[in-house]
Amino acid sequence: MSGGRIEQTFGALKTRNKTALVVYLTVGEPSLADTLACARAALEAGADVLELGMPFSDPTADGPVIAAASYRAIQRGGSLKMALACASELRKSSAAPLVLMGYYNPVVAFGETALPGAAAQAGVDGLLIVDLPPEEGAPLREAAKAAGVAMIPLVAPTTRPEREPKLFAEARGFVYYVTVTGVTGAKGAPLGEAGKTARAVGDRAGLPVVAGFGVRTPADASALSRTGVDGVVVGTEVVRVMTEATDTEARARAVFELVSGLRRGLDGG
Amino acid sequence: MPQSSAYFGEFGGRFVAETLVFALEELERAVQEIVPTESFQNEWRGLLADYVGRPTPLYRAKRLAERLDPTAENLGELWLKREDLCHTGAHKINNALGQVLLAKKLGKQRIIAETGAGQHGVATATACAVFGLPCEVYMGEVDVARQAPNVARMQMLGTRVIPVSSGSRTLKDAMNEAMRDWVTNVRTTHYCVGSAAGPHPFPTLVADLQSVIGIEARRQILEKTNALPDAVLACVGGGSNAIGTFRAFFDDPVPLYGIEAAGEGVDTDKHAATITRGRVGVLHGARTLVLTDDDGQIQEAHSISAGLDYPGVGPEHAALHRSGRAVYLTATDHDALQITREVARTEGILIALETAHAFARVLDVARRERERLGRPARLLLCLSGRGDKDLATLRERLGGEP
Ligand SMILES: Cc1ncc(COP(=O)(O)O)c(C=O)c1O
Repeated sequence: MSGGRIEQTFGALKTRNKTALVVYLTVGEPSLADTLACARAALEAGADVLELGMPFSDPTADGPVIAAASYRAIQRGGSLKMALACASELRKSSAAPLVLMGYYNPVVAFGETALPGAAAQAGVDGLLIVDLPPEEGAPLREAAKAAGVAMIPLVAPTTRPEREPKLFAEARGFVYYVTVTGVTGAKGAPLGEAGKTARAVGDRAGLPVVAGFGVRTPADASALSRTGVDGVVVGTEVVRVMTEATDTEARARAVFELVSGLRRGLDGG
Repeated sequence: MPQSSAYFGEFGGRFVAETLVFALEELERAVQEIVPTESFQNEWRGLLADYVGRPTPLYRAKRLAERLDPTAENLGELWLKREDLCHTGAHKINNALGQVLLAKKLGKQRIIAETGAGQHGVATATACAVFGLPCEVYMGEVDVARQAPNVARMQMLGTRVIPVSSGSRTLKDAMNEAMRDWVTNVRTTHYCVGSAAGPHPFPTLVADLQSVIGIEARRQILEKTNALPDAVLACVGGGSNAIGTFRAFFDDPVPLYGIEAAGEGVDTDKHAATITRGRVGVLHGARTLVLTDDDGQIQEAHSISAGLDYPGVGPEHAALHRSGRAVYLTATDHDALQITREVARTEGILIALETAHAFARVLDVARRERERLGRPARLLLCLSGRGDKDLATLRERLGGEP
C-alpha cells in the first residue's frame, strides 16, 4: 500500500531522533524539467518528503511568491496532470513520500473519484487540498481510502479544539499544522510557540505532525524542530530561490544549498 | 453528509482554508441567532426606511414598453422595482448595512470588501461610515479605471481602495485578494461579501438581506394591478439582486428569468455567461457553475459591466437552473449599451450597465410569456442600480454624444 511510505519515513526518522524536512515545489515553474531537477536536488540535500504543488489560477491561501509561481506555471502548461507526471518520474528513482498539494477545482475537473487511483499509480502517497475542510469532498475521501492514498488534514491556529475529532477521524499519514494565521510566506510567526501547539496537535491526532508556513532559514527550522514536531515544511523560500536563479542548473544548485542549510539547522549541526 | 443548510441541491458548501472555518461558523451562528432577533431587525429595517429610503417605488415604464413593442401585442405592462433610488444608487446597500451591523454586533473592528462596479464598495464604505468602522475595499485595476467615480466616492467616504493587479484585474481577482486579507486578519475583520456567492453562510445571508426587494415588489404589484406579474426579470452577476427579487415568488406560479452577461458573445472567449456556458466547479468557497478549462483553471470572464464580469455565480442560482425553476438568458455588451440609451430617452432613467442586461431581454421574455398565456405579458424587472458610474464607458462606446 502506497501510504506505507509516509509511515515508514516518519518511523525511521523517529528512531534516529530526526525531524523530517518537507520541501514544497510548484510543479511546472518554470518547467517540468526544472521541477524534476530541483526535486532531485532537494532529496539529495536531505529532504525527506516532497510536496508537489498543483498550480491553480486562483490560489487564495497563497502569498505573492507562490501565487505568482503558480500563475507562471499555468502559462507554461503546469497542471494537475503535470504534477502526476512529475510524481511518476520521481518515483522511478526515489522512495521518498510524495504528496500532491493544491486546490479543489482542478480536482473536480480531473474527476474527484478518479484522482486517488491515478495518484496511487503515479506513486503519490498523500493529497493535501487546501480548500477542502473535512465537511466537504466525501467522494474524493472515499476514493482516496480505497486507493490507499492519505488525505492530509490541515490544522490552523484558529481551529477550535472541538473540531479536531472531525479533522482527525479519517486522517492518515501526517497532520499539517499551519503556523500562521495567514497565507503562505507570511512573516512573523513566533515559531517556538507555534511548534509547541503543533506538537500538542500531533499528540491528540495520534499522527506525526509537520509545521509549515513562514519557515525560511536554518534557524527557523531548528527553532521548530526543538519543539518536538515531527517535520518542518519549507515552501515559499524554495520557490523564491528558484525564481531568482536563471537556468535549470542554477535553480537546482540554489535548492540544494537552501535545503542543505535547512537540514543542518534541523540536525543541530 | 455536509450540513444540509449549506447546500442548494448539489451546489454551495464551504470550500475554504481551515483558517477561515471558525469565522464562517461564527457567522453562521450569528445568522441563526442574531439576524432574526427583534433588536437586529428593528435596527436594520429602521435604517432601510429612514436612511436608504425603502420601500423603493414600483414604477410602470409605459413609454419604454411602447417603444419596445408598439402594438403591445407581447408586452402588456413593464413594472420596474426602483433599487436605483436606494441611497448610494443600487441594491447593494441593503446587504452592506445588514452585514456591517452584524459584524459590529460580533465585535469585529475592521471591514473588508471586494467590488467590481464599485457599487458594493460604495455601499460598504457607506455602512462603515454609519457604524464608525474602518473599511478597505479590493478592486481590480481594470475596474478602478472604468468605474472611477465610485473609486472617488469610496475615498471620500474614508475607505481605502486597494487596486488589484493580479490575473484579469477584475472582480474575481479582487475577491482573491479580499480572501487573502481575510485569512490573515480573520480574528478582527469581517469580510463583507457583496453578492449571494462565496462559502456558506454568505449565499444565504446575502439572499436573506436582499429578499426585501422581492417582498416589497410582490406586495406593490398586487396593490397596483391586483395580480401577480406574469414573469420576473433580473440581471445576474453573483446573483444578489436576482435572488433577492426571485425568492418572494418561489411559491407562486411565476416564471423567473435571470440574465447573464454574454460579453462579445457566448461563442467567443469573451463573456461572463457562467450558467449558460459554465461547468460544475469550486470557486471562492462554493461548489457552483464556473467558467473553467479542462485543467480546472478558472477562465477570465468578460463583460462591459464590471458588476457582471465574474466567472462564477451564487450556488442558489446554479440550483435554480438545474431544477428549471428559473431560466437564464444572456445579453451582449452591445445589447446592454443600446438598451441603456433607449431607457434613458424613453423613461428619463440612466440605468447601470449591469441592469441593462435584464432590460435587453424584456421583449424576448414578453414573447415567450405571450406564447404561454395567449395574451400580452405583465413583466416585473429589478432595476438594480443607476448608471452615473458608467458615463465614461457610455460616452466612449456610444460616441461623443451618446
Ligand atoms: C447595479 C448593479 N446591478 C447588479 C450587479 C450584479 O450583482 P448581483 O448579481 O449580485 O446583483 C451589480 C454589481 O456590482 C450592480 O452594481
